[in-house]
Amino acid sequence: MSIEHLILRVVIKVMFAPILLFALYVQFHGDYGPGGGFQAGVIFAVAFILHALIMGLDETKRVLPIGALKALMVVGFLFYAGTGAATMLLGANLLGYDAIDPQSTHHAGQHYGILLVEFGVGMAVASTMVMIFYHFAGREPEIRDEDW
Amino acid sequence: MDILNFFAERYNYWIFITLMMMGLYIVISRGNLIKKLIGLNVFQTSVFIYYISIGKIAGGTAPIYVAGDMESRAHGGGHGAENGGGHSAPGADGADALPGKDALGAGALHADDMPHGDFELAGNDLATLTGNAQGAHAPALHAAPDAGAPIAGAPDSSGANDILAAPALKIEEHAIAAADAVKEVAHQAGDVVYSNPLPHVLILTAIVVGIATTAVGLALVVRIREAYGTIEEDELESADNVAEFGAARAQEAVA
Amino acid sequence: MNILAQLPVIPIILPLVTAPLAMLMPSEKMGGRAPFVFATFVVWAVFAACAGLLHSVATTGPISYHLGDWAPPIGIEYRIDLANALVLTLVSGIAALVFPFSYESIRSEIDRRQISYFYAALLICMTGLLGVTITGDAFNVFVFLEISSLSTYALVAMGADKDRRALTASFNYLVMGTIGATFFVIGLGLLYQATGTLNMADLKIQLAGDKNRMVEAGFAFIVVGMGLKAAMFPMHLWMPNAYAYAPSAVSAFIAATSTKVAVYVIIRFIYTVIGADFSFAPAAFAWLIAPLAIAGMFFASGVAIFQDDVKRMLAYSSVGQIGYMLFGVSFGTEPGLAASLVHLFNHGLMKGALFMAAACVMLRVGSHNCSAYAGLARRMPFTAGAFIVSGLSLIGVPLTVGFISKWQLLAAAFDSGRAWAGFLIVASSFLAVIYVGRVIELMVLKPAPADAPEIKEAPLSMLVPMLILVAANVYFGLHTELTVDLSERAAHALMGAGR
Repeated sequence: MSIEHLILRVVIKVMFAPILLFALYVQFHGDYGPGGGFQAGVIFAVAFILHALIMGLDETKRVLPIGALKALMVVGFLFYAGTGAATMLLGANLLGYDAIDPQSTHHAGQHYGILLVEFGVGMAVASTMVMIFYHFAGREPEIRDEDW
Repeated sequence: MDILNFFAERYNYWIFITLMMMGLYIVISRGNLIKKLIGLNVFQTSVFIYYISIGKIAGGTAPIYVAGDMESRAHGGGHGAENGGGHSAPGADGADALPGKDALGAGALHADDMPHGDFELAGNDLATLTGNAQGAHAPALHAAPDAGAPIAGAPDSSGANDILAAPALKIEEHAIAAADAVKEVAHQAGDVVYSNPLPHVLILTAIVVGIATTAVGLALVVRIREAYGTIEEDELESADNVAEFGAARAQEAVA
Repeated sequence: MNILAQLPVIPIILPLVTAPLAMLMPSEKMGGRAPFVFATFVVWAVFAACAGLLHSVATTGPISYHLGDWAPPIGIEYRIDLANALVLTLVSGIAALVFPFSYESIRSEIDRRQISYFYAALLICMTGLLGVTITGDAFNVFVFLEISSLSTYALVAMGADKDRRALTASFNYLVMGTIGATFFVIGLGLLYQATGTLNMADLKIQLAGDKNRMVEAGFAFIVVGMGLKAAMFPMHLWMPNAYAYAPSAVSAFIAATSTKVAVYVIIRFIYTVIGADFSFAPAAFAWLIAPLAIAGMFFASGVAIFQDDVKRMLAYSSVGQIGYMLFGVSFGTEPGLAASLVHLFNHGLMKGALFMAAACVMLRVGSHNCSAYAGLARRMPFTAGAFIVSGLSLIGVPLTVGFISKWQLLAAAFDSGRAWAGFLIVASSFLAVIYVGRVIELMVLKPAPADAPEIKEAPLSMLVPMLILVAANVYFGLHTELTVDLSERAAHALMGAGR
């Protein structure tokens, strides 16, 4: 391992876990304060993008291969679209989250519904962001070097 | 003076119009595709600011549940001071994970008035919309006008907070002063006043659409760069002319 | 789950949920048949749902569906009446034909690795168009509009495998489309600021009889924004290139649906939201929409005559045809509106068939230039026949749907005392005779170039959907009960709401 960018490498190693933790905080604190799936997803993706910037794209792709990202995008999307659609199966209208917990007197179903939706959003956003980064950063330049 | 007032009272609209025109002008006048996209972004962002500024209520906090609100309502009001107190604290709470949040909430300064809990602006009454109907307490809030400008773009319930945390910190000292004013208002009203959350939600959606558009646009620019070797519009056009009519005709077309 | 009660959301949720699944399917194994077959079945299910909706609306009246069980005006409402049920059926019907049609054409025109993405994007595009049509919430229109537009940008850009100009065409479309959508949002913001509501029906109630500058400005922004999306004349410049360089099947789909949906939104906002009796609507009709419609009818048709590229020619002709639709709206009368709706539906049928024929030529001859059409009547008789019949329909020859539209428009023009308008409609139809006649002459009378290779007729999977669409062109030209009667009732309902 080369000694290049040693400080950056050490810093990213230290930062990586706290960033993920912060993303999770934003994700699950979204019910009570600012936050939610979009923000959490982007923060989550930032950890991996930072990793790729400093350790190189190939290193990151070993952790998160493109195929896995694609699956995560779809699963995340289906999670939030599916939560809405599942309420149809439970007898309510689309997005009628009250059907999740019909006995509740204080609309607990809405709470569960939004929790699931936000989880799906976070997953889809994080994987999409990393995917966009992979595709922009990992493009084989078809342009000759002197054109740059 | 009237004219001056006319402009000053509607400064949020002037910001919106200026940004919008700047963005549109960049899109039209620049030949570089990336610059066009940037212009497009400025244009879209101006609309976000417009929406958010019409959702603002004088003395209203960000539409995020404030602890103690429910209790005070249950007790029939009169506990407003506590709510206000809840506001001024976060100024000191700057090291909190979400430093912008409450500063923004407390900085609820300008714009339109609306009864709390009513998600609709009152009927067709345009007066409410131009900010004329700010309650008696509104002037006090304008004591910290420079805190208002950054806030105008920021009181998003969630999205903008992380990004705009830095400016929010800068205005903290104003915000603390403003928080006192809010405390007063809250005391008078006996309740927490929230800004209208609907425009925030709409704009959160529009922001996502805007990001998607930018991403698609940039992806197209990358492909164009690969296919043509340039991202200048006039060069692209002449490359197409050369491909279609041959070099000589393209020269003629340019001349 | 009560499937009938949930019918209004099925056209939205079904393709939306299945699009990402189509994306996961392999593009290269089995020649990408998996996503193709899957998407086609989904679209057929959607078409069945839309046809069911049309039937139930026609028999029992408008349907209102509350998303998340939140009652409007606070919640989002899907509201289906005759006008949008008709557009829904058009969009899903065209999709149900374009999807099976697309496979052979797409395989030859785009990168094979992109087939699964292509079908995912096409499904999402359809979702967006259906969503714009079905929703009763003004902001929802914007969201769905952008869903369909974003996927259209990607679909147009996929034509880059054949012609790199698809990229610049797509980029220009993106810039213009985004400006249009943003104008639309500004307009919505002004309306929201004036009323505090976004539900279309509630907007109407809140605005009733009110006269103020803010609403007028909002209306202007909405018309300009939607005019951009609909390629209303002088704002059509993105369209010819986008249609010409997009993959042929995509051209067929978006030409037949997306501009129609934008026109529908303009109609919806004029009648359901602003109301034709709103103080400035007549002025807008007389001084803005009618002149632009006439200019589009003549100018765009005139430009179409001089196009070498058949797809570009058809695109310019679309701009002209949009002019007819807006012209009908601008009469401000019930027959005028009904004629617009009829033409909206019928034009979808003819342009779909024409672009499909162009796609067949593209597949076999490999070009959409005029020269490729020389002697086609002998080389590809079915394709040429389809082009001729739908071309005649475009001109407005009796026994075709085009005749019905033109007849309705003429009747509406005379009915509202605008004899000059009737004259203009007939005069501009002669321009269509020239540009369609030019291609027909090439196909029938010119011999094929001597060195032209022997070519086969288009494959059956393309011929069948194309011929069904051509048959629809003739069928709805003879049996007008469905289109004309429904349009008249829809126009009556729209105008009735305006009173």
